Amino acid sequence: MNYLEFEKPLAEIEGKAEELRALARANSEMDVEKEAAALDRKAETMLRDLYKDLSAWRKTQVARHPERPHCKDYIEQLFTEFTPLAGDRNFADDHAVMGGLARFDGRPVVVIGHEKGHDTKSRIDRNFGMARPEGYRKAIRLMDMADRFGLPVITLIDTPGAYPGKGAEERGQSEAIARSTQKCLEIGVPVIATVIGEGGSGGAVAFAAANRVAMLEHSVYSVISPEGCASILWKDAEKMREAAEALRLTAQDLQKLGVIDRIIKEPMGGAQRAPSEAIDAVGKAIETMLKELSGKKPEALIKDRRQKFLDMGTKGLAA
Amino acid sequence: MNWISNYVRPKINSLFSRREVPENLWTKCPECGTMLFHRELSDNLNVCSNCDHHMAISPRDRFTALFDGGIFTEVKVPEPVVDPLQFRDQKKYPDRLKGAQKATGEKEAMLVAEGEIARTPVVCAGQDFAFMAGSMGMYVGNAIVAAAQRAVELKRPLILFSAAGGARMQEGILSLMQMPRTTVAVQMLKEANLPYIVVLTHPTTGGVTASYAMLGDVHIAEPNALICFAGPRVIEQTIREKLPEGFQRAEYLLDHGMLDRVTHRKEMKDELVTILRMLTNQPPAVKGDLPAPVEEAPAS
Ligand SMILES: [Zn+2]
Repeated sequence: MNYLEFEKPLAEIEGKAEELRALARANSEMDVEKEAAALDRKAETMLRDLYKDLSAWRKTQVARHPERPHCKDYIEQLFTEFTPLAGDRNFADDHAVMGGLARFDGRPVVVIGHEKGHDTKSRIDRNFGMARPEGYRKAIRLMDMADRFGLPVITLIDTPGAYPGKGAEERGQSEAIARSTQKCLEIGVPVIATVIGEGGSGGAVAFAAANRVAMLEHSVYSVISPEGCASILWKDAEKMREAAEALRLTAQDLQKLGVIDRIIKEPMGGAQRAPSEAIDAVGKAIETMLKELSGKKPEALIKDRRQKFLDMGTKGLAA
Repeated sequence: MNWISNYVRPKINSLFSRREVPENLWTKCPECGTMLFHRELSDNLNVCSNCDHHMAISPRDRFTALFDGGIFTEVKVPEPVVDPLQFRDQKKYPDRLKGAQKATGEKEAMLVAEGEIARTPVVCAGQDFAFMAGSMGMYVGNAIVAAAQRAVELKRPLILFSAAGGARMQEGILSLMQMPRTTVAVQMLKEANLPYIVVLTHPTTGGVTASYAMLGDVHIAEPNALICFAGPRVIEQTIREKLPEGFQRAEYLLDHGMLDRVTHRKEMKDELVTILRMLTNQPPAVKGDLPAPVEEAPAS
């Protein structure tokens, strides 16, 4: 278990309980279960207290937790017959974006998402979930295909942002993101987006101009990272706590602002503590959202989606 | 040209800069350092007469030079909620807004107008870099939607002059949501089969580039304009190497296939009209500075 900075006191207690039990295993005459159980209860209370009212910055840290389930985990658990389809037919296949055909609940769909990787090797291969233009162009191609064959598009958002690299810029990062957003908005099939971790700026929007947008309870979705915002507006990257707060990047604030449709509850202590449970919760939410859109005609799906974005932001937080 | 051209030679200019420069009368070219007299500079559309550097120009000044007789009608932009997030950094957002309004004399970072250019009816939207770096928030989004709706209503092309440091951070997620929102505006134009021309001016970066600024039928940029998604400094920090000369400048993007043309500001008007009249299947325009259109002129 990887502990976040604010979870340190918790780490101590859970560590102690584990130590006790290890001791008991080595020495069969010792009975530590009572003590260990007391520590467990203490840890449980502390965990609940810590997660009861997470600040925006803490949520940002949870959203970035390395052990949080990623796109690949969701695809493996929620979909069957996943058949990855690669390449943008133009330059390359971007491993930061997973995409392909799959069945959800038996029904064929197109699934697209950012994948961050889970160890050094896969993180480098996935470019830490930061897509290049090829990733967005692959997504455009898949969305086009979904449109032609009437398959719903399910996207899983988890990216720090689009990759700020030389080649990415040369090959038209802006254009690729703009076209991907446009494609989301023009296809006549349901588009359902779920922010499962980090919804980083334009790189996230490109897959999230959807009929329904859901967020996991401790995920974040923002125009800029708290660190980036702090260094620009506070001239001090260390002011990320203040920036995170000011940006209103939590699922709870975004729902108040009318930007997202639904919040998916996470297991106590965040998705990283019980990945499979978190994934199931997302699966249920996707199922519900798909149902809400079933039977809608392509024209209605397009019109509703556009209207949703045109109407967005007409009321502020105060309203 | 006129008497003042004597003064723009760098030698004299260096003499000049040692003395007190009367405020507002002279502008120093940030590129070559030449001191430029204000009237000559504005006659030249804020382009340095010595080195051709294109300085920022306000949408109002640009429109005055662009529309026949300098006459245009502003298109009303619906007012968004002010400070929707109650955002505060070292300053309150409403105070920043007020400061920008005072400095520019404009309400917000985009001006929308309708009128005629070389007798070609158009709708124009211009982004104002002087107003909080032209950043895209709810108002700019509303302006683009209003511009597109007005163009569709009048069956006219839309010309959009972009200039922005990116998103309006003080509006958080709502500024990000202007990316899909303005994309919907572009779709309205496409569906109505109306030309949408983007003129990218210095600088056009971030979410603005990654939405309406890269979705035009034709992309024209002003010379040397910085056009990018991620800025050069961010990229240098990421890849830890120096970027080549001219990286992300208009000419570089032209070479990489992201733009149709790079055009001098003084030739922009003729070029826009030429393209628009072909796209809308009209005869060639009468070029040059035309007087304002006369309403319902009696047949002679
Ligand atoms: Zn100059």
